[in-house]
Amino acid sequence: MNETVREVLRRIGLATFVSAVLGFFSLPLLWLAFAPFDADPGISASLPEFTLHNFQLLMDNPYALASLRNSVLLAVGTAALVVTAAALAAYALSRVRVPGRDALLYVLLLLSSIITGTAAMVPIFLLAFNLHLVDSRLGVILVLTGGLLPAAIFLLKDFTDATPTSYEEAARVFGASPLQILRHVVVPVIRPGLATVTVWTVAQVWGDFLMPFLLLRDPDKAPASVIMYTFYTEGGQPDLPLISTFSLLYSLPVVLMYLFVSRRYGFRFHGGIKR
Amino acid sequence: MAPPTSPRADLGPPAPRDAGDDAAGLGRGRAAAFVAPALVLIAVFLVFPALWTLYLGTTDYRLTGIAASDPKFVGADNYGDVLGDGDFHRSLWLTLQFVVGSAVLGQTVLGFAIAWVMRDRRGLLRRLVEGLVLLAWILPGSVIAFLWIALLDRDGGTLNALLGTPGTAWLLDHPMACIVVFNIWRGTAFSMMLYGAAIGNVPPSHLETARLAGASTWQTLRDAVLPRIRGHVLTSLLLVSLWTFNDFTPFLITAGGPDGRSEIMSVYVYRTALGDGRLGFGAAISLIMILINLVIALLYLRALRDRSRKAAVA
Amino acid sequence: MGYSGRDFSTRRIGAAAALVMAGAALAGCGDGGSSTDPNRGKDAKSYSLTITRNAIEGGKNTEEAEWITRTVIPGFVAAQKAKGVTAKVTFRGQGVDDESYKTKLALDLKSRSGADIMDVDGIWVGEFAQAGYLRPLPEVVGAPADAWDGWPTIPGTVQKLAMFEERRYGIPPATDGRVLFCNKRLFARAGLPDGWQPKTWQDIIAAGRALRRLPSVTPIQLNAGTAMGEATSMQGVLPMLAGAGAEIYTGGTWTGGGQAVKQVLGLYAQIYGPEGLGDPKLQQEAKGRDKSFEEFAAGKIGILAEGDYFWRDVLNPKTGVAKMKTRDQDVGYALIPAVAPGKGVRGQSYVSMSGGAVTVMNPNTKYPQQAFELLAFMNSAEMTKARTAGTPELTSRTDVNKEILAGDPFLTFVSEKVLPVTSYRPGLAVYPEVSTALQEATASVVAGKSPAQAAAEYAKKLEGIVGGAANVTPR
Repeated sequence: MNETVREVLRRIGLATFVSAVLGFFSLPLLWLAFAPFDADPGISASLPEFTLHNFQLLMDNPYALASLRNSVLLAVGTAALVVTAAALAAYALSRVRVPGRDALLYVLLLLSSIITGTAAMVPIFLLAFNLHLVDSRLGVILVLTGGLLPAAIFLLKDFTDATPTSYEEAARVFGASPLQILRHVVVPVIRPGLATVTVWTVAQVWGDFLMPFLLLRDPDKAPASVIMYTFYTEGGQPDLPLISTFSLLYSLPVVLMYLFVSRRYGFRFHGGIKR
Repeated sequence: MAPPTSPRADLGPPAPRDAGDDAAGLGRGRAAAFVAPALVLIAVFLVFPALWTLYLGTTDYRLTGIAASDPKFVGADNYGDVLGDGDFHRSLWLTLQFVVGSAVLGQTVLGFAIAWVMRDRRGLLRRLVEGLVLLAWILPGSVIAFLWIALLDRDGGTLNALLGTPGTAWLLDHPMACIVVFNIWRGTAFSMMLYGAAIGNVPPSHLETARLAGASTWQTLRDAVLPRIRGHVLTSLLLVSLWTFNDFTPFLITAGGPDGRSEIMSVYVYRTALGDGRLGFGAAISLIMILINLVIALLYLRALRDRSRKAAVA
Repeated sequence: MGYSGRDFSTRRIGAAAALVMAGAALAGCGDGGSSTDPNRGKDAKSYSLTITRNAIEGGKNTEEAEWITRTVIPGFVAAQKAKGVTAKVTFRGQGVDDESYKTKLALDLKSRSGADIMDVDGIWVGEFAQAGYLRPLPEVVGAPADAWDGWPTIPGTVQKLAMFEERRYGIPPATDGRVLFCNKRLFARAGLPDGWQPKTWQDIIAAGRALRRLPSVTPIQLNAGTAMGEATSMQGVLPMLAGAGAEIYTGGTWTGGGQAVKQVLGLYAQIYGPEGLGDPKLQQEAKGRDKSFEEFAAGKIGILAEGDYFWRDVLNPKTGVAKMKTRDQDVGYALIPAVAPGKGVRGQSYVSMSGGAVTVMNPNTKYPQQAFELLAFMNSAEMTKARTAGTPELTSRTDVNKEILAGDPFLTFVSEKVLPVTSYRPGLAVYPEVSTALQEATASVVAGKSPAQAAAEYAKKLEGIVGGAANVTPR
């Protein structure tokens, strides 16, 4: 009896918690749900005078859709580079002893907070200019990668540290090469970590305005984060019909990516190794 | 950058199976080859511009004007200016509130709680919860700002409409509380994902054992889960604190106001240094911020080590 | 086993050495002198030029972007073709906030790259020139610069926008002016006259008191505080300072916390003080300015000080961001008065502030003569008319203004009544900091500090910004 009461209370508590979380996280999103369909959206969320006209406006914009493709290119390129380089480095650093590696990693992490700040823009720009990386997507990808790598290595090393080495030893006995071991033994085990880092990297690149803005010249190469800023007037007032509608489209690819990654790779470890 | 006294080998997640035994037979050469791509990218695109920036911190460099063509070495003047500025002290205090309130307490606790509750659920509810939390994290800052202003607006705001408190100017009356709550909303996803993955790595048999032994949730967390994820907790705290420390999005919501009451560090930098193009000054503040973060990191390390010792005794 | 300590440090030393070398290479760059001969590339049979400005199709200033790509470039290319020259002109649109745009231009110019022709805000000319990013037109182009036939059509005051230390750096295509906008409907309800024109600051306050009797109406919106940024300076402090008889920078010194600044802050105290003539909270909100526009358009604000684009762009019944369908009937406008007749700057009774863009040439262009030809072509009467065909605005050319403003009473008013009494901001690199200090002074008055105390704090801060008391005069 007592047990049942506890169980009921537990369930009520859980339901309350989950509803509170749902409410808290969905409430601010209301504006995004209504404003794009509002004929005259304002700064506050209100039930719309329904229209799809804003989407028409957006389709007529010469840069809006192309910018989403550009964002995808930058995000995919950066994520591929960050995840590959970070996974290799994290694995090696986790398995081979280098004195002071953790301190060094943390110092790099601290330095990366300088690079993502605005104070570093002159050095970064001149560096890119002298490497002929201005107006090149590769340049943006490389600069962003440099800034994101320390945190990615930091995270992934954490995951590799936490996995047992016995399977690698076993695989080695059967004659697998280190790269094979990494691909077939380690990667499956740290998959949740890889998925986390991938989503994190994409989110960072997706929202980053400063670097693509400073490094790219041709508006045809500009990503969505930059094009988003063009929907303002001469005096700096936001064009809310365009901004709200674009915000919605701008968010969709990342949401889709999340759904894909979480379905395909999962953020959890369900492999059989540790059961 | 790090003080020479920093406990180097201790810095970082205390991983029980931290292997120095080269299980995969990597060897020195191949290990170097594995690290090389990341190291080269970091050296060229991170360390080099970062050191250059730190050098700028000792000059009166500006983006435009006479100081742009002919910057002068001013030594530690920029540092003196920052440390002697009353606004800096206020901003540091507000930033600490912001980090402790939103990152350490808010994001970490809420993120862990969601990950824990959702750990063995499947299907629509979990996708919905995780999707919403994640949406808050991946939407670009410029979009987010509109969302939160629409929520908290004093005239037509959704919150006032829900609570029946028309005319309450949340952003002006409680600016710090607003940006703390905002940042919890914004950043919980990262902690949720990290802890979700970490909890997934706790062997189900351990949880099963605890359940069979009749342990309460709290006991299970303390005895079965926490020891296994302590490294992740440290990682999460270090990253989330650093990111929160440097976060600029609150500016888009409160503009540091009213009257500087939500002027956290990134906004202070923006106002004093970057808005006016004083890049040398801005660079100097970056170094100070790094050193503060180093102190925070050492505090975490201490706290987590103490706990592990206590746990070992118990 | 892992690295031995020595191996690792060897690697690091190697990396450090590589960095030092890269640093040396980079330090060497930027000093490389490009040719300064105005006639370089003059006889090229085929060349390409790039134009940039803070305008992009489908976004910010889209009309300007369309004008460049659809009118200017085809027209220029055809004219060159008639001369047997193949010109390729590219437009690189941007559409971001001014600070970001400025940063990007500065980086381009610093690395001696970037577009051949670009637009800068008039107040950046001085700081860009001081940094060596821009050079005077006659130095870059030679004799054709001063011989351009458009100069006589641009009034001297407007030309000042493009000048620094008495030298021309580019051509200003347009300018603007500041006025007091008022809602005629609210005025009628408050018993105030149609065609209202205050003659003193007290007239404004008196109108505000009358408007306050109307329910849920904010009588006066005079931008204040730091959240509004430069809008506080441009629409608030600076025109009022001119009304109190002072300019922020004149005769080589900055205006400190004297009589004029105290008077201006006193006006703020009166508006945002206990009488409740303004809405102090609106001044503190991050999006307060956007909201003030929405409120004015909704008929909730009586008097609002703004630039003429408020009429053209914000309230525009068709394309505005805060559309006001009844703009032409319901919105009145008046000159900004001095504190009392004859007490304004230069003994004026009415004042205004103006700004505007300047089209400049990149001194590093490969084709200075051709670039100047394009610059002049863009600012020809024909192209200027084409640019303003959709929405008329105040161009810098008096000959064009006469034609295009004829049907627009508001812009004619600004052109004929406001521009003659207007002032410009100083284009010096520290100006933004001074401007911030002024904004902070208004913020503290709005928050309840006394004008005298706020003025004293401003004066102290100003001395720190401009390098000591010697550069400050209390006026």
